Amino acid sequence: MTTRPVTRLRARTLAGGIAVLLATMLMAVLIGAAELGWQRVLAEIWAQLVGGTSPLSEREAAILWQLRVPRVLLAGAVGAALAMSGAAFQGVFRNPLADPFLLGAAAGAGMAATIVVVFAPALTLWAASALPVAAFAGAVGGVALSWLLSTSYGGVSPTTLLLAGVAVSAFLTAVQTFVQQLNADTIRQVYNWMLGGLAITGWADFVSVIPYIGAAAVVLMVCARLLDVLSLGDAEAASLGVNPGRLRLLLISAASLATAAAVSVSGLIGFVGIIVPHFIRLTVGASYRVIVPLSVLGGASFLIVADQIARTAMPGELPIGVVTAFAGAPFFIIVLRRNAEKLW
Amino acid sequence: MRSHRWSMRRVAAAVSVLALTIAGCADREGDSRSASAADSGFPLTVTTPDGGKLTLESKPERIVSLSPTATEMLYAVGAGDQVVAVDDQSNYPKDAPRTKLSGLTPSPDKISDYAPDLVVVDNDVDNLSATLDKIGTKTLILPAAKTLDDAYAQFELVGKVTGHPDEGKDLADRTKREIEKIVADAPKPADPLTYYHELDQTYYTVTSETFIGQVYALFGLRNIADGDDPSAHGGYPQLSAEKIIEADPDLIFLADTICCGQSPETVRKRPGWDTLTAVRNGHVIALDDDIASRWGPRIVDLVRTIADAVEKVEGAG
Repeated sequence: MTTRPVTRLRARTLAGGIAVLLATMLMAVLIGAAELGWQRVLAEIWAQLVGGTSPLSEREAAILWQLRVPRVLLAGAVGAALAMSGAAFQGVFRNPLADPFLLGAAAGAGMAATIVVVFAPALTLWAASALPVAAFAGAVGGVALSWLLSTSYGGVSPTTLLLAGVAVSAFLTAVQTFVQQLNADTIRQVYNWMLGGLAITGWADFVSVIPYIGAAAVVLMVCARLLDVLSLGDAEAASLGVNPGRLRLLLISAASLATAAAVSVSGLIGFVGIIVPHFIRLTVGASYRVIVPLSVLGGASFLIVADQIARTAMPGELPIGVVTAFAGAPFFIIVLRRNAEKLW
Repeated sequence: MRSHRWSMRRVAAAVSVLALTIAGCADREGDSRSASAADSGFPLTVTTPDGGKLTLESKPERIVSLSPTATEMLYAVGAGDQVVAVDDQSNYPKDAPRTKLSGLTPSPDKISDYAPDLVVVDNDVDNLSATLDKIGTKTLILPAAKTLDDAYAQFELVGKVTGHPDEGKDLADRTKREIEKIVADAPKPADPLTYYHELDQTYYTVTSETFIGQVYALFGLRNIADGDDPSAHGGYPQLSAEKIIEADPDLIFLADTICCGQSPETVRKRPGWDTLTAVRNGHVIALDDDIASRWGPRIVDLVRTIADAVEKVEGAG
């Protein structure tokens, strides 16, 4: 294993990332399905900030503040959660293909969501939040199961954990498919959820996930330096005074919590957790002190743009997972071809 | 089986000869409209909605319906006694013999368990009719009606093939008359009202090109989903909440009250929707999903609901 040059995150790079995020947010707020007119939206935001008369009607203001703005913020939060979790998983497992759903978070969430849709449809009618809550519990449960299974063989090595994750995912997916086949009439609702999409629930979703994502972001950023240590290998990490097992548990818990929160409100949005961290690794630097914070900013920007396309490209809405893969894959391949020698 | 069929045919032929003699040759060749006796009129050949021919040797006595709409039609023309099984989605009328048969993924094996002499479907999934034909079972395909006239024609056809031609004709005429009367009595707003017809909570809707869209058009209602091209997306486009709020329809019709538990109250709670004129004035109308998605005789109920809604808006000024 070669030691990679540690790149410190420079203030200029960080400021650039923040500027990109703010720009995408502003663009997403200005343009939407309803044609409010960007000048009038700017005037409205100005009026809200400094006071003054709003140029928008009550209905137009509702479109802006109750539909568009919370959705943009939710897209940002979900993108940040997926990208930073992906970065953390790649570091923990020293595997470039690791993504946030690796340890059964997706399969667990999918199974729990299906079970609620099929067996307790009344619950989803009674409380719109039942589906996200179940998905969250399922995601956390899936990862916990993978962890428990791998520890039962003694110490947790990344490889055992990875394999346990594969087995747990396969098993939970099988349960989900079985339940789904028995109840074909609910299949559309389940698929709608699985394809991913940021349903509009106003501020409720954003408010409910931001504590988990925020806390996980803090943990991952504080531990970014330890991720660099961990990537040297367990023996080296131990010799540097780090307990690899305990650190791994902490990082996986934080990343899984953020993933579960994201999955619960957006379904399964693939690809973000892989391409954003790799893009940063290839273009800026390979230290997790660079990758983690920039993944938060980059993931948020990427998903805001993807959601912008999803909700405006067609009269209806595209599943956002389609957009992330369709737009993300070719772009990522170009970056990969130009920088292949820098990878790992 | 075969010899039985032949003898039935002979009996039917004999009966029709007898009927012709008695009626003094008023009509020839088993024109079903002349059938005064319930069992006469067979053998019978009809033209199906897809333009094909369907020949029935005798009056079907063991009908399996895999289409909820067809089930409603069968009972409405008085052929309910001849129905031995209906599919899992056929929930009206309540006394229809509901089974686990599926119309979406029909199984010829399970259908033949009921030994039907006629199977009615709305979609010939996996060439079901060809498979059933091999075991000597006839299939009547009644695809989703595109216009009200299509629906009336299907009422008549169902009457004919089940040996209830008069009832079928009567049902079609009566439905047509009732709908025309309701429409004629409804207020005609000078400025056309706009509406949004919701199929599910992800804002899938219909345009005026669809069957249901044409029902709304009877009242001169204007569909907010029409856009530049009402036939895009097969007439079933998806809107976004932003678009709906921007359009601010005069009327909102919910055809997702049963499937998805939506109601005027849940609509009011959606973010931003409380600013809509229809929500504020109480012009969000809960429909029965089933009635609003079928082209059966209960279409009259839907037309009446729409008429009441238009009146409500106009009454409010």
